[in-house]
Amino acid sequence: MTATRPSEVPTERPPAAPSALRRLLPGAPGSGTVGGSTLLRHLIVAVLAGTAVVLLTNQLPPYQNLQVARVGAFLCVTAGYTVLVGLNGQLSLGHGALMATGAYTVALVQQALADRAVQGRWILPLSLLLAAGVTAAVGLAIGLAAARLRGPYLAGVTLAVATLVPAITTIFTDVFNGEQGLRFPAETPPASLGAYFQPERWLAWVALLAALVTMVLMANLVRSRFGRSLRAVRDDEVAARLAGIPVARTQVLAFVVSAACAGLGGGVYAVLTGTVAPGKFALELSLFLLMAIVIGGLGSLAGAVWGAVLLVALQDLPSLLTETFTLPSGLARRLEGNLALAVFGLTLVVVMLAAPGGLQGAARDLLARLGARRRHPSR
Amino acid sequence: MTAILEVDELSSGYGPVPVLRDVTFEVPTGTVTAILGANGAGKTTLLRTLSGLLRPTTGRVRFDGEDLRGVPVERLVRRGLAHVPEGRGVVAELTVEENLRLGGLWRRDRADARRAQDEVYQLFDPLARRRRHAGHQLSGGERQMLALGRALIARPRLLLLDEPSLGLAPRVSGQIMTLLRQLCDGSGLTVLLVEQNVRSALGIADQGVVMSLGRVVMATPAAQLRDDEQLRHAYLGF
Repeated sequence: MTATRPSEVPTERPPAAPSALRRLLPGAPGSGTVGGSTLLRHLIVAVLAGTAVVLLTNQLPPYQNLQVARVGAFLCVTAGYTVLVGLNGQLSLGHGALMATGAYTVALVQQALADRAVQGRWILPLSLLLAAGVTAAVGLAIGLAAARLRGPYLAGVTLAVATLVPAITTIFTDVFNGEQGLRFPAETPPASLGAYFQPERWLAWVALLAALVTMVLMANLVRSRFGRSLRAVRDDEVAARLAGIPVARTQVLAFVVSAACAGLGGGVYAVLTGTVAPGKFALELSLFLLMAIVIGGLGSLAGAVWGAVLLVALQDLPSLLTETFTLPSGLARRLEGNLALAVFGLTLVVVMLAAPGGLQGAARDLLARLGARRRHPSR
Repeated sequence: MTAILEVDELSSGYGPVPVLRDVTFEVPTGTVTAILGANGAGKTTLLRTLSGLLRPTTGRVRFDGEDLRGVPVERLVRRGLAHVPEGRGVVAELTVEENLRLGGLWRRDRADARRAQDEVYQLFDPLARRRRHAGHQLSGGERQMLALGRALIARPRLLLLDEPSLGLAPRVSGQIMTLLRQLCDGSGLTVLLVEQNVRSALGIADQGVVMSLGRVVMATPAAQLRDDEQLRHAYLGF
């Protein structure tokens, strides 16, 4: 291809075309957006956000620090999940099961090491890495099947995976200890932080670090070549293939990445309590995760943060209600089980009607409107 | 003159339905070849089979002397065979710039990919003005330019084009045809063009391949098809 510019070549120029300006700027407008500064910018944002939350945890009582920690654990999951569902268009309903994989991996590793009286601060990062790795391998298996399936069929298969977890834990009782689940030594703050350091604050920091690492990785992934491939594959597989993108490999890789995040999140979640049981990873969890990223704003990492916060807030809502108001015990018990799901479902309906882009989409619209008003104050 | 593409007894179809039957022809390097024929003649199927979107049932396709059997679509692009499908193959949710970068995504030489991108913007001024617009916000003509531009970013040696003038204003489609001719003459690109608009296709083509019901009924110099009224009547209906 030569860059000759013949006069008959398509011009279709409306009278007010800024072509003169364009010639004045040979570098072409907007070409400066591609640069190596993306990673740096994400790191700075992450460090600022991390510092803010660390300062916050210093002020909070234990229970609320535990809630912060749970947000961090869920954020690992929702960030990877929204990349898969929102950016690559693969609807998985099995991410609760992937979380369980990560959680059980952490429990089994830590139990095995505790049985051999192995101790050390490296156990936690090792077990979390293994959780991400093992779950990525499971994700690879599901992803290979998923690359052959589309839309509702994929959702169906992953739904089956989600329902499999309790069954597996009861069938292999020797390993997973059935309904009771596994216990492993609780994570304690390092001695260097002082003898009276609040353990919950330490857990919040651990979860926070995991969440920030995940967020930075995902943010870079989204803006990378791979991120663009993900979206191209979601929107038009034929166009993507013709552009030279291996569609199946991209889909499988997206599933693996998403699974690794879910495994890490599940592992952190297990560390927070020192226990894993199949009841925590029931089908509802997978549905909650999906609702969370949809309400937060599908495909947006900021939306994943909203989603993670919502997951924790709404799960705690029933107990908050029953503690605040003195309710009859029968009603209270019924609320405990169902209120979160009901509120989540209602919120989903309302958000979809009022703001189809989710909370993050609504926030973006609002900011854009405020910005426009500031620029044209007369209107 | 050597042939960049040799199609030999190629048959293909959709499941049990055969469409192409023993299609044989050659595309000489650096020329424009127009595939002509009525609806349902198998023109689009031919392109889809050539670019690997469809697997041939029998027969052989050689690109630059190499057999293309079993080479997946995304590999073909890297070897220099680009396909702009009917309906444009533009990713609607991505911006113009992102679509173009998609075309060069696999390229190792990023500097050259950028250069190619700038060249595409120079060729298609409307695209340069709409870099930040999403694919679905473009007009039909702009989409066609974008699809063409995305294919050109890969610096292909052979370009397969399916109905580039479909739904476009005659002036715009004329401009695209002229551009194709110029790319061919200027850079040695080879074009294989499927076109319903026989007149404009023959206007720029060196060779015409006439298809009917899945078979090649004639492959002759385009000038002959332009001038011989009887041939046109018999196969092209005008």
